[in-house]
Amino acid sequence: MSRLIFFFFAILGLFFTAKAQETIKVGEFASLTGGNASFGQASHKGTLLAIEEINAAGGVLGKKFELITEDDQSQAGQPATIVQKLIAQDKVVAILGEVASSKSLEAAPICQQNKIPMISPASTNPKVTEIGDYIFRVCFIDPFQGTVMAKFALSKGWKRVALLTDVKQDYSVGLAEFFVKYFTSHGGEIVKEQKFSSGDKDFKPQLTSLKAAQPDAIFIPGYYGEAALIGKQARLLGIKATLMGGDGWIGDSLLKVAGKSLDGSYVSTHFFDQDPSPVVQTFVKKYRARYPGETPDDMAALGYDSAMILAAAMQRAGTTESAALRDAIAATKNHAGITGSITLDEKRNASKSAIILTIENGAFKFEQSVAP
Amino acid sequence: MVEFLQQLLNGISQGGIYALIALGYTMVYGILRFINFAHGDVFMLGSFAGFYLGPLVLRLCGGTPSFAVAGLTLMFAMVGCALVGMLIERLCYKPLRHQPRINVLITAIGVSLLLENGGQFLFGADPKSFPDLITDRALELPAALGPLSALTITLSQVIVLVVTGLLLIVLHVIVRHTRTGLAMRALSLNPVAAQLSGVDLNRIIGITFGLGSALAGAAGILISIQQPSIDPLMGINAGLKAFIAAVLGGIGNLPGAVLGGIVIGLLEAMIVGYGSPTYRDPIVFAVLIGILLFRPAGLLGKTILEKV
Repeated sequence: MSRLIFFFFAILGLFFTAKAQETIKVGEFASLTGGNASFGQASHKGTLLAIEEINAAGGVLGKKFELITEDDQSQAGQPATIVQKLIAQDKVVAILGEVASSKSLEAAPICQQNKIPMISPASTNPKVTEIGDYIFRVCFIDPFQGTVMAKFALSKGWKRVALLTDVKQDYSVGLAEFFVKYFTSHGGEIVKEQKFSSGDKDFKPQLTSLKAAQPDAIFIPGYYGEAALIGKQARLLGIKATLMGGDGWIGDSLLKVAGKSLDGSYVSTHFFDQDPSPVVQTFVKKYRARYPGETPDDMAALGYDSAMILAAAMQRAGTTESAALRDAIAATKNHAGITGSITLDEKRNASKSAIILTIENGAFKFEQSVAP
Repeated sequence: MVEFLQQLLNGISQGGIYALIALGYTMVYGILRFINFAHGDVFMLGSFAGFYLGPLVLRLCGGTPSFAVAGLTLMFAMVGCALVGMLIERLCYKPLRHQPRINVLITAIGVSLLLENGGQFLFGADPKSFPDLITDRALELPAALGPLSALTITLSQVIVLVVTGLLLIVLHVIVRHTRTGLAMRALSLNPVAAQLSGVDLNRIIGITFGLGSALAGAAGILISIQQPSIDPLMGINAGLKAFIAAVLGGIGNLPGAVLGGIVIGLLEAMIVGYGSPTYRDPIVFAVLIGILLFRPAGLLGKTILEKV
């Protein structure tokens, strides 16, 4: 009798292992609640859309993906615990996440240690992928945007550009540094540099001094709160120069505060839902069909791309074994993503095009896409 | 040259706002000899009063921004802040009037924290876009001014200067030419003697808080017209700067507060315009330390020997 029971359990065990092998487990950690919830929800929805699409098309290596999503509640300390759990208990083969660089920086050492490939959709801080060779990202990093805007300014024929940077933000300083590097080495001239600190409200002294230098354009790599006030005050002071910024400008309140004073300005970003390219338009359509009433933003598009790159790499590797999978992800080349053609460089950062938007009548409008 | 004059103008219009807030610090100090650290947050409440009342006033006045809308909102914010200021005094400071001064000072810090964090709780911590009470624009200067016509003067700067000027005149009249003002000055000079000659202490202290808070409320509206993004922590920095202005001019001295405000505003504009904003706050605070070390009574204050 006992032999029979043993036999029964042995069969049952076999059955379960066989069942488990039918799916490929992929872990995702995101800020689904808390302060960064709008970012986390968007990237999760994009990721989920990609996984569902892959599964509908038959999955990868003959198996379906199983996405295990954990919420880090936007809290520091949570990502480490969650990622540990995903790796140790759920035995995921790869990790997708997070949007915020600080969260990715917490999870990355654990993934690196366990040799589980991690792909961050939108952490732009350069340090994230420096953690180790198992850490990747599908977004461009901060310095790249500076270079893109410098190229754009030169292409518009603006040779005299002034800078207004936020000294309290690494993001701003990084963008400015790489803007200057490219711009000055390609025939441009920085006619004046002024600084401000996050939280400042009065920019008239800086703008007065910039105005006196008579620049063709002013590059303001700050966040939307300050950018809106700068735009407003610049127009009041009679500054006619074109204003330029990075993706930090893109926030709800930018156009609410600035009204039409930012009309004619340019910003760089990852993705824009009104980008006329067919890839983007198909994605927007699919996204709206899956999530009625919602429009995908850059986080959703990057989440989608991160899952797609993982799936494509796994297909090429022909296995989910971690070293082979890592090598395959690292070899990603010209992946046709929603946010552009993505190639991962030797530092595991995405090299891809950026989107430049202009502002017209108080609304963003697609201008062009700039190759790296 | 034009650039320098422009910076001068920027500095004075910012300084006018500091001056309005500094007056509240200095008036309260003059009478009670304590620093009302919650004063900067009353200024913040003024902005939020405008944020919530502005759209209502705008609708009442037909929906188009105008001087009337701005003026009415300013008035409402001033009245609202005066009431809040008097309420704070009645609830938090009055029960402590006969306690050591350090108690009421620490209470003021508590009230300040309450308003800041309560504000974040009630209004939300994210910056709000202040409604357009008046359409701000650059004023055309007559060409007859020659090179000076290149100066940009915005409507909001003119409003700040004019309103600040008017409020200062009103305050001057109240303090110098009314019986209440006389009582305030008497209290500031010698509280015991003033009470002996029939000055109602509670009434005068209430009026002082009301006046100071109304000025802070006005400053809250004026700054929001110039810089239409407000948040519950905006009072911290502005309050500190105004406090420095009050000390610089000589705390307890009304013209001193105005002078201090203008000087701090100009100093900031010049540091930012010709130096770096990184040095703005360090230099302004260094001024505070310097003035306390070398001229503790302030620019216009009188040194009074205290008998031991």
